[in-house]
Amino acid sequence: MSEKSMYFHPDGQEALVELLFQLADDDFLLAYRGSEWLGLAPHIEEDIAFSSINQDTMGHAAMYYQLLEEFGLGTADELAHARPATERRNAVLLELPNGPGHYLREPRYDWAFTVVRQYFYTQAKHIRLESLRKSAYKPLAEVAAKVQVELHYHLLHWHTWFVQLTNAPGEARTRMIKAIQDVAADFAGVLTLGARGAEMERWGLIEGEDVLTEKTIAALAPAFAEVGLEWPMPFGMKHGNGRNGEHTPDLDDALATLSEVYRSVPQAIW
Amino acid sequence: MTNEEVWRALETVKDPEIDSVSIVDLGMVEQVEIRDDMVSIHLLPTFLGCPALDIIRSRVEEAVKQAGAQAVTVEFLRHPPWTSDRISEVGRERLKQFGIAPPPRQMEPGAWQVECPYCGAERTVMENLFGPTACRSIFYCRQCKNPFEAMKPVLPLAME
Repeated sequence: MSEKSMYFHPDGQEALVELLFQLADDDFLLAYRGSEWLGLAPHIEEDIAFSSINQDTMGHAAMYYQLLEEFGLGTADELAHARPATERRNAVLLELPNGPGHYLREPRYDWAFTVVRQYFYTQAKHIRLESLRKSAYKPLAEVAAKVQVELHYHLLHWHTWFVQLTNAPGEARTRMIKAIQDVAADFAGVLTLGARGAEMERWGLIEGEDVLTEKTIAALAPAFAEVGLEWPMPFGMKHGNGRNGEHTPDLDDALATLSEVYRSVPQAIW
Repeated sequence: MTNEEVWRALETVKDPEIDSVSIVDLGMVEQVEIRDDMVSIHLLPTFLGCPALDIIRSRVEEAVKQAGAQAVTVEFLRHPPWTSDRISEVGRERLKQFGIAPPPRQMEPGAWQVECPYCGAERTVMENLFGPTACRSIFYCRQCKNPFEAMKPVLPLAME
């Protein structure tokens, strides 16, 4: 997409850029973790569905990186591939591995953790987009409207998995409850807007994180009623606050893998 | 170049993944501007992660140049969002010929009724919301027992 850069008040630009990096890095990292499931999902239909979702999500990240490109911060490819972990703004929850093992060698990935992470994140993303559609930065509002239309299908998909697995008897329910606890322990990291959150709100870029958190909890509540679990639960940032550049070594590993081809010939055209 | 010549050239650019349907049929062409022999074309992407977009861009440039343009620029717009009700009547028929059920023009939330593109029966079931491309889902017809694909409805969102 190649639309001209739009004006935004210089005093509000730092907050805007910070927000765009959060949005871009969140989608980018989760789409990458999702892509590691390719060929490993529980059945063939899921393999197709999940790759489609990851492809969409990578497309969403690309849109945000392009908005950043228009501020002269580097090309979208550079921003996606060449920034070190310390500059990444994604929530730590989204960089955590899919489970033990490696996608090439004995992947013992955890589908329960994946379903819960995807469902919680997609619901939070949906609420965030609803707010972004009214953003004072018009190009962002336009992208949000487009992304939200696609997200509708992701939300249906993960809601179905979440309810069916949690309501299934035996091991499935036990594992889902454990996964919910693990995801909740880092979910505050998804909901926070970081140190510049108040500025983002003041410039009308997005609503405040308290409002967004409340709406996300309200949106998740019906699913918890469907599966007969107590809600809401406390959220934490067990592995750190990614909005402040705190990350796990897992992010370094992920970045090394996903940028391997890019780094080998940075000038190549894709 | 005339407006008509440009649109005729655009008619020849097919969706790389559905070769019976043109980008005009799909409602992807938002605007055509002609100044002397310089043509500027504004397109709407269907799905953001769609890998066919770059192919479409280069095919549009090629087709419009062949039709006589000196220079062609193709831009994908962020706004307005593409919605599936932009698909023309001809486009809907051509989708069916390709074995893809066209999307409903409007929809009650949660109720997506799909007619089999082969036999027209309404006794169809969704097998997978996601299909071989971002814009399609997989269905099965209980009448003629054919699996088929349906184009996902992408309808304008109301502001909450």
